[in-house]
Amino acid sequence: MSTLEIPELSLVALVGASGSGKSTFARERFGAYEVVSSDVCRGMVSDDETDQDATADAFDVLGAIVGKRLARGRLTVVDATNAQRDSRKHVIDLARASDVLPVAIVLDLPEAVCLERNTGRGERGVPARVVKRQADLVHRAVRGLQREGFRHVHVLRTPEEVEAAVISRVPLRSDLRSMTGPFDVVGDVHGCRSELESLLGLLGYAVLRDPEGRPVDAVHPDGRTVVFLGDLVDRGPDSPGVLRLAMGMHAAGHALVVPGNHENKLVRALDGRAVTVSHGLETTLAQLSAQDPSFSIAVREWLDGLVSHLVLDEGRLVVAHAGLKEAYHGRTSGRVRSFALYGDTTGETDEYGLPVRLPWADDYRGSAMVLYGHTPTPVPQWTNKTMCLDTGCVFGGHLTALRYPSKELVQVPAEQVWYEPAKPFQAAPTRPDDVLDIQDVQGRRSVETKHHGRITIDEQNAAAALEVMSRFAQHPRWVPYLPPTMAPVATSPLPGILEHPAEAFSAFLASGASHVICEEKHMGSRASVLVCRDDDTAARRFGAPPGETGSLWTRTGRAFFDRPLTEVFLERLRHAVTAAGLWDELGTDWLVLDGELLPWSLKAGPLLREQYAATGAAAGAMLPVAVDALARAAARGLDVGPLDERTRARRDDADLYRAAYRRYVWPTDGLDGVQLAPFQVLASEGSTWNERDHGWHLSVADRLVAAEPSLLRTTRRLEVDAADPAEGVAWWEELTAAGGEGMVVKPFANLVHGRRGLVQPGLKVRGREYLRIIYGPDYTRHLDRLKVRSLGRKRGLALREYALGLEALDRLATGEPLWRVHEPVFAVLALESEPVDPRL
Amino acid sequence: MLLTLTSTAPDATDLGFLLHKHPDRAQTFDLSVGQAHVFYPEASPQRCTVALLVEVDPIDLVRGRRSGEALTDYVNDRPYAASSLLAVALGRVFRTAMTGTCVNRPDLEGVTMPLEVRVPAMPEPSMVARLFGPLGWSVDVDVPALDPEVPSWGPAPYGDVRLTGSLTVAEALRHLYVLLPALDGGKHYFVGPDEVDKLVRAAGDWLGGHPERDWILRRTLAHRREYVADAVERLTVLDGLTVEETADPDPEAAKDEAVARPLAVDRRDAVLDALRTSGARSVVDLGCGEGALVRALLADPTFTRVVGVDVSVRELKKAAAGLDRMPDSVRARLSLFQSSATYRDERLAGADAVVLMEVIEHVDLDRLPALERSVFGEARPRTVVVTTPNAEHNVRYPHLHAGGLRHTDHRFEWTRAELADWAARVQAAYGYTFRVAAIGPVDDEVGPPTQLVVFTARDAA
Repeated sequence: MSTLEIPELSLVALVGASGSGKSTFARERFGAYEVVSSDVCRGMVSDDETDQDATADAFDVLGAIVGKRLARGRLTVVDATNAQRDSRKHVIDLARASDVLPVAIVLDLPEAVCLERNTGRGERGVPARVVKRQADLVHRAVRGLQREGFRHVHVLRTPEEVEAAVISRVPLRSDLRSMTGPFDVVGDVHGCRSELESLLGLLGYAVLRDPEGRPVDAVHPDGRTVVFLGDLVDRGPDSPGVLRLAMGMHAAGHALVVPGNHENKLVRALDGRAVTVSHGLETTLAQLSAQDPSFSIAVREWLDGLVSHLVLDEGRLVVAHAGLKEAYHGRTSGRVRSFALYGDTTGETDEYGLPVRLPWADDYRGSAMVLYGHTPTPVPQWTNKTMCLDTGCVFGGHLTALRYPSKELVQVPAEQVWYEPAKPFQAAPTRPDDVLDIQDVQGRRSVETKHHGRITIDEQNAAAALEVMSRFAQHPRWVPYLPPTMAPVATSPLPGILEHPAEAFSAFLASGASHVICEEKHMGSRASVLVCRDDDTAARRFGAPPGETGSLWTRTGRAFFDRPLTEVFLERLRHAVTAAGLWDELGTDWLVLDGELLPWSLKAGPLLREQYAATGAAAGAMLPVAVDALARAAARGLDVGPLDERTRARRDDADLYRAAYRRYVWPTDGLDGVQLAPFQVLASEGSTWNERDHGWHLSVADRLVAAEPSLLRTTRRLEVDAADPAEGVAWWEELTAAGGEGMVVKPFANLVHGRRGLVQPGLKVRGREYLRIIYGPDYTRHLDRLKVRSLGRKRGLALREYALGLEALDRLATGEPLWRVHEPVFAVLALESEPVDPRL
Repeated sequence: MLLTLTSTAPDATDLGFLLHKHPDRAQTFDLSVGQAHVFYPEASPQRCTVALLVEVDPIDLVRGRRSGEALTDYVNDRPYAASSLLAVALGRVFRTAMTGTCVNRPDLEGVTMPLEVRVPAMPEPSMVARLFGPLGWSVDVDVPALDPEVPSWGPAPYGDVRLTGSLTVAEALRHLYVLLPALDGGKHYFVGPDEVDKLVRAAGDWLGGHPERDWILRRTLAHRREYVADAVERLTVLDGLTVEETADPDPEAAKDEAVARPLAVDRRDAVLDALRTSGARSVVDLGCGEGALVRALLADPTFTRVVGVDVSVRELKKAAAGLDRMPDSVRARLSLFQSSATYRDERLAGADAVVLMEVIEHVDLDRLPALERSVFGEARPRTVVVTTPNAEHNVRYPHLHAGGLRHTDHRFEWTRAELADWAARVQAAYGYTFRVAAIGPVDDEVGPPTQLVVFTARDAA
């Protein structure tokens, strides 16, 4: 039995004449979808597997399938004769295009065997002369396959060998997914051995030394592993010392190492190849020459064996000296190696003679964290889950390590400037602008949520959201969340009533959330607010321009106020947060709060004036005249009784209607007359607080209100046992009788998963008079028809939007990149454009 | 909604014969959206008044329309304000009277008499005198406060209208029948083509010479509101704004009425000239709207690749209208897609020129840097052509109040100096040079109505 080793991810070309048994071989050793057959593709395009005229089209189809499979990281086998050099080149090109290794398995069987099997096929058979020719070509090709570009070549020469062959899939050398850390990832050392020793000490490693006192290993008591990001050598004072320590740690299993471009060049120099000795290579070569020659040989061997990038921790962490774009993770090719060593360069050089590097990290959309070095930067910054840890130690900066997975930075300063940089790198730290791409939002897409699975957004809804987001919303950094729509309670069976609390209590009882809280529904506009502790936090954490420290936004991401007034508002809110001691208590420098901004007329002024007040004015002008006319007609003895009665009722309804909307109107001047009623802490650094009960959230809100009583407003509330709701019903009746809008009933525990999944975060129970604004002045006279309303769609939307909102907050709190936070936010807006009865 | 008609002629109750409705009976007629009631609050020989009270069923009014309308479709002035529905009721209830025939009393046919009409809630109160005055009515309009308890809101958009005049009853009815829908304007509900015909017939003898003829026709026929409440509209209303506030850019809104040649044409020609001068072959029209410039570009084979981009799908659909009928060779030069300055879009790169025609003023000032980065930083065409209104010229537009903008969606309008400052900042930041040119007739004092800026990339210059 022979074992054929092939890389776990590779493109395998079967090579063999017709009748050599390729298809049977493939079928028995690979998955049904892993094998792509040229004959099948020929049949797909022409209905005839042997139609040679269809070969070009068939190979286009084959190439498309192979390309898609490899892009998705699936091993693929090309079942074709591959006897011609051209067709093998096609396979090699496909492999290279997807940066996977091409492998050849050759079935170089005796011609007679092929002929015999081929004859057995009858009509499907290939003419004997063709089989002979193919067998001959295959036989002669074997020797040159490595040279053609196949990285692994396995040749089977007899039916017995074919029969006995077993495929063994071997992980790629870059594949260390089974190593889960924890790691300490160290940026460019460049011969700064002393600083490295200090850093390792700071990280908790014990440095072991050889008899001459030179460090040769370092061990962490908790079994942590160092990951060196390359550029261990050149420029600094002791490259051999750094190499000795790194090699020792590597050999002992205490460190992983990826090579940098400086190691790459060093290997070539040690090999005696012609390289320009510059950029610090001269120092290394000088230092090595002072060492025992065997050390240089060992260094050369060791460096040559390093893999240019590593995939760690189940694929959650990728390390490479110059970074690596997602498509190259776990791939193998010349360009992958080149990217890992040198980054994405344009081939041009800048004014300092250094290569112009493309900002691949701006475009990075992968889920794996990528840590890299290579480009000296004063302060490490996260960009789309990537971070550069080269902080220019050799140029007098720092030597930096990132603890993984805790993401804690550990640094030691350079002991001195060891090497003058070609260009100053101590420029003011600028946070990379968070660039969102149209592909992040456009088209039909689905968003994976932690609490409600995958949520799909239709293309047309995304298009509508794109317009609203672009034309009216603030910068996406200031809209890290949108609140979900809220479903109303089930329609009440009580006469004369459309919505009643009883249905809310019974709904939560049925969901298993019997402890509920009733919160008054404020007569304002839903508002979300993000407040930063100071300018620095806003700039660092949110990339804000100077003078912007947060935002206050509507359900569609618009600003409530212009920037100067927003800052006045934020300053007062900030004062309240500080006075309440929340920064320290919540361990954060920023907060997102959910609330309601009053009065409603502040935002909805045009709607109130042009729609509601106008309707009231028309009714107020016409109905009294009608009542008067009917009274005179009745006085004349005409039979207008029912009409007269109805018209009087409509006149009274119109008065009630006008009274109802007027409660939402009061004048404001700047912030005078404006109030925010906060009722939930949505997010802060590292936390979303959605498992804290509403009692806690409202107590936080109360403390804020106490600190800023004129700007902030409390939320009246009542805890209710849904099994015994009389008190809750009475409370609602009292609230709404006094002109209140109604209440929202929420599970007291906040985020609740019930037997049937996520439970609605709240149900609104609106008051009789408020509903007049929504359903029309005399809606109470049409209740029989209005009660036929369908709530399913609204409820479904409410849940999906709730889950998306939670997702956005989770991503925000855990410091995910803007595009990741924006994705669910955009999806909420897209769902809001779903057609649904707006009165619900 | 309510309308009363009073005769103070001798034997005023003859009104009953003319209307074919007996003064001592109250009658009810079914309409498609409710009921019309006719009764006489007074009927003496000196004074006889008929009242037409239309009860609209507000639930029926929206029945049959797809769900997901804006809230404003459910709660509105339809049941109260005089509208086209009242005209429909008139036509239904007083059909014969409107023709002027009076079989039982032929002697009353064609007789003018002193009449009073009252409509307590009439829309467009400022137009009432201009519409009814020329027809022989003396007009009295009393406009109440929008809400007496919120005086800062000013007057209501309705008037309590009283018309008095000496006319025939048939004339009075026909005037109302034609003018009520016009006053109702853009808001009236579906009026079938046959009703439109009837309406034109009813006004045939006087509409032609009416000084407000064009206004009446436009309001009655052309402005029949297309029933499209798309998602954007819903979202807009959700936010408490009315659809009108976020209306799409209307390039004609800023049309200088004093000039025969529309500014839009001057602007388009100026942009085309600038593009031809630059030698551009491929052009991206960013914010293409309905595609006026796109069509002009396609008409000139010099432009081998034309890309129309807009943030609004609605506008793109209009731009794409007629695309199917274009020859393949023309269509192959065009692509249209939705995009936005909020997001980077690599499809915008690679063109020789990008046009921003009347676009930047629709972008919030604090979002403008994103557009600049996207165009000058990332797409980096050799030429960028920008047009934007000159705010100084606004004083020449009589319909603009002081400090007002030319379009409700304009986020700003710049003076000539402000535009030059911006252009200078962009040229420095992104390595371009620029020149400014006038579009439209240049006023000595306030400059041209609109300006053109042509940016040229330094490395290409």
